[in-house]
Amino acid sequence: MRNLWIFLNRYNAFFFLIIFFVAGIILTVRNNAYQRSVTLNSTNGLVGAAYEHLNVVKRYLNLGMVNDSLAKENALLKTEILALRSIDSAKDVTVKDTLRNVQYTYLPAKVIKNSFTLRNNIITINKGRLDGIEPDMAVISPQQGVIGLVRDVSDHLATIRSLLHKDTRISVAIKKNNALGSLIWGDRNFDIRKAFVTDIPNHVKMSVGDTIVTSGAGEFPIGVPVGRVRKTNVSTGDNFLAAEITLFNDFSNLQYVYVIKNKYAAEQKALELNSKNDE
Amino acid sequence: MNSRVVISNIVRWVLLFFVQVFLLRNIGFYNLSAPFIYVLFVLALPFGIPNLLLYILAFGTGIVMDAFYDTLGVHATACAVLAFVRISFISVTVNRDGFDEPEPSLSGMGFKWFVLYSLLCIFFHHLVVFFLEAFRLNEIGYTLVRCLLSCIFTLFLVLLAQFIFYKRKSR
Repeated sequence: MRNLWIFLNRYNAFFFLIIFFVAGIILTVRNNAYQRSVTLNSTNGLVGAAYEHLNVVKRYLNLGMVNDSLAKENALLKTEILALRSIDSAKDVTVKDTLRNVQYTYLPAKVIKNSFTLRNNIITINKGRLDGIEPDMAVISPQQGVIGLVRDVSDHLATIRSLLHKDTRISVAIKKNNALGSLIWGDRNFDIRKAFVTDIPNHVKMSVGDTIVTSGAGEFPIGVPVGRVRKTNVSTGDNFLAAEITLFNDFSNLQYVYVIKNKYAAEQKALELNSKNDE
Repeated sequence: MNSRVVISNIVRWVLLFFVQVFLLRNIGFYNLSAPFIYVLFVLALPFGIPNLLLYILAFGTGIVMDAFYDTLGVHATACAVLAFVRISFISVTVNRDGFDEPEPSLSGMGFKWFVLYSLLCIFFHHLVVFFLEAFRLNEIGYTLVRCLLSCIFTLFLVLLAQFIFYKRKSR
């Protein structure tokens, strides 16, 4: 006991410090509204964060299954929507070939190998010829935006020439006035959220914020949203206007894509080839 | 002798209190530097003071400052830390038995000793004040800058006060 007392006495400065320091902190926390709210919040935040992390792990375990079923369901719904939208009322009712005149069908596919850092990017998906995929089919993103065109097909796999490729040109239009242009990624552009629309006729009025959609010419169905104009009148050196746009889709986290099957693709191609030969 | 020390300390306390609360409280450089000259009172208490009394005086001074700054507890805590730094520094550097000087001062202890002594005390005091005031670590850079700039300001004022009031006495 005496030793304890001597010990306490020798280091009394330190023990006084502890006593007064704690007293000061208690005063601070009890009497100042800001400090009080912070301490209460951080303890609450801690508990909340722990629960949240637990939940994330749980959800992650089921993620693959959920994704598969969602993609399938989405494809079904989108096909249905297109079917409803594109019923051609002018068509003769005696046509027997289809129940409903569905021009486009969506095929969901999983991205096996994504690429977005190169100059020419190729994406690989897990559906192939046996699933009905042919070269030059259009590929769009499940959320919004275009991905590219099918390039090569094997029995079970296919590669997609992404929009982020120097050879990819997609016909697009400005939504508000249907003025045509072509969508390219652009030379010396390494920003995957940015692309250019070129070949817009000179008289067309456009402004920042205009929505760009696909035009319907080519493989893509009409009206797929592509992006939003960020900068107009980018100088190109020719007689056409160009615009810099922000893409709606993010190529860096691509997991699922939809390949679009155009029932009349072969017919259209043959027809257009014919017309060209006649010129 | 003893009563003279008590009275001189009381006068010093009142003077510093008025300067701090009515003048320096309204001075600041871009929200970055706020001087706390009142720490000079704790710095200049006599060497022979018992630890408990030192703590009580420092804590009390801090509470009074808190009352005027509307931050109950912040300055009190900082003053407790200040008292501890003061005791540690004096016990390391000054011979315990034979104090030549009655109290720490610029003229009595020499420029080098006094600057080091006040700089250390002021730094730890300000560190506690600013961190308790901010009460979060994600703006640590800003808090540290404020703390250091305020340290320099306070040290400058403390030295100024020492030069004005104590130089003549040593001759």
